[in-house]
Amino acid sequence: MADIQKLKDIAQQVRRDILRQVHQVASGHPGGSLGCADFFTALYFEIMDHDPAFNMEGKGEDVFFLSNGHISPVWYSVLARSGYFEVAELATFRKLNSRLQGHPATEEGLPGIRVASGSLGQGLSVAIGVALAKKMDGDDKLVYVLTGDGELQEGQIWEAVLFANHNKVDNMIVTVDWNGQQIDGANKDVLTLGDLPAKWESFGWEVLHTDGNDMEKMLATFAAAKALTGKGKPIVILMKTEMGAGVDFMMGTHKWHGSAPNDEQLAEALSQLPETLGDYPL
Amino acid sequence: MLDNINFTEKKATRDGFGDGLLELGKQDDSVIALTADLLGSLKMGDFKDAFPDRFIQVGIAEANMMGIAAGLATAGKIPFTGTFANFSTGRVYDQIRQSIAYSDKNVKICASHAGLTLGEDGATHQILEDIGMMKMLPGMVVINPCDYNQTKAATIAIGKHHGPAYLRFGRPKWPIFTPADQKFEIGKALLLAEGTDVSIFATGHLVWTAVEAAKALAAQGVSCEVINIHTIKPLDEEAILASVSKTKCVVSAEEHQRNGGLGDSIAQLLARKMPCPMEYVAVNDQFGESGTSMELLEKYGLGKNDVIAAVNKVLKRK
Repeated sequence: MADIQKLKDIAQQVRRDILRQVHQVASGHPGGSLGCADFFTALYFEIMDHDPAFNMEGKGEDVFFLSNGHISPVWYSVLARSGYFEVAELATFRKLNSRLQGHPATEEGLPGIRVASGSLGQGLSVAIGVALAKKMDGDDKLVYVLTGDGELQEGQIWEAVLFANHNKVDNMIVTVDWNGQQIDGANKDVLTLGDLPAKWESFGWEVLHTDGNDMEKMLATFAAAKALTGKGKPIVILMKTEMGAGVDFMMGTHKWHGSAPNDEQLAEALSQLPETLGDYPL
Repeated sequence: MLDNINFTEKKATRDGFGDGLLELGKQDDSVIALTADLLGSLKMGDFKDAFPDRFIQVGIAEANMMGIAAGLATAGKIPFTGTFANFSTGRVYDQIRQSIAYSDKNVKICASHAGLTLGEDGATHQILEDIGMMKMLPGMVVINPCDYNQTKAATIAIGKHHGPAYLRFGRPKWPIFTPADQKFEIGKALLLAEGTDVSIFATGHLVWTAVEAAKALAAQGVSCEVINIHTIKPLDEEAILASVSKTKCVVSAEEHQRNGGLGDSIAQLLARKMPCPMEYVAVNDQFGESGTSMELLEKYGLGKNDVIAAVNKVLKRK
């Protein structure tokens, strides 16, 4: 059994890391990062079988792709906290000569990153490529990928969704961060996604639902999703999250999608999230 | 030397790609072929028949194809994507830029029906900007071989090179004039004919055009050095400068826009290292149109007579 309290403690520290990273450089995307802190923690500390020693090809282990690369702060924090690189390196986020680029990249050689992302809509296709390679190689480990919901407005996503169904890419679990928000406002106001579950179902996917800010529910959903792998259908989890989750004044708005807190806002936010694993030094 | 450059057979460069891919597939089982509903046009059928498990039909979804290729490369495969040059570059530039070039993925972007010689399909498909787009991407190798044999050899060569590469070839049957056993070295220009009056640097289909022009010019007493620049990036600067130091003037010839093409790369080099008169045989800021290959090459200034005119013009500027 998973130690739920331990996972919650990690997620709380991850939220502190997110806020401190974006505050220090007065830029970055805290909203979606906070919303996905529980998901990333669950993925790297419980769900995936992965090796922090990191090799690019990822043979014989589960691999993860972040398609909505702008929530890099949460990924960097979880990668560091799970041993891919020193936690202290989080202090270099978005600074000159850093491996922690504004959006994830491979060029500087940051362990844990397998492809650049940021320009939206591309990660699902890349994940499919790795999933196909795993099948060719007889590797029964899984490919995980996270996309944003606003990102589903990109046409390439639906090319990939068609392909995965036609080619029975059933060794991959896609998660959609369904927070309903994007930079210019709510999805429904910018470009409605309509009946999202029905869309995925009509494309031939196995559709699961979860609450991305409820650790127990999430673990149960991923266990169910894993049980559905290898059965000829691609799998998507529509994961409801709250943008800004964990900080009361950042929740329920798209305002914190792409802006960082000032000194006072940081202090207020951190007061709601006491340290659990120790802050990285600035 | 020029007299020895002849042909007995014509075959499309895309056939060279198909045959090269098949041979490479036999040599290396990590080679994967992908197409976006253009299996026949890209001549990938033999590969598909020989290695059905290593062939991926993506459908009319080029962006997804580039992403899948990036993923396959991440996992250690050597993916070759095959579609028309237009859909291999402009349509998917951002996918190539982020998921392949910036991410340093070992993807081979193989592009047929490049340039005007696509013919009757018209300007929607006749891409003349692809070399420029691809050479601007850091780390991208850009190759435009001249005939069937060289395209086959180049296909095998990019499979053995680690890193992203763009291989450009075409639709029409074209003279085969390079030896089947000629070694293909990425970034190494091939001297076809030595000369003293002018250096003609050509790429792709226009290498043969340059040879024909040089033969006609030889009859008029003009000594042309003809060099086959199959690799536009990395450019063989040494070979170009060695030739220009002797001839002191240059004509470039390519089935591409003047902006961003081979001539552009050569001019940059010469401006930095060896300024001299230069003329371009290239399309000048125009879209193409429907017609036969040869009609189009003539109308848009890419024929044998255009190379001859460019040589005569540049000689007067020496």
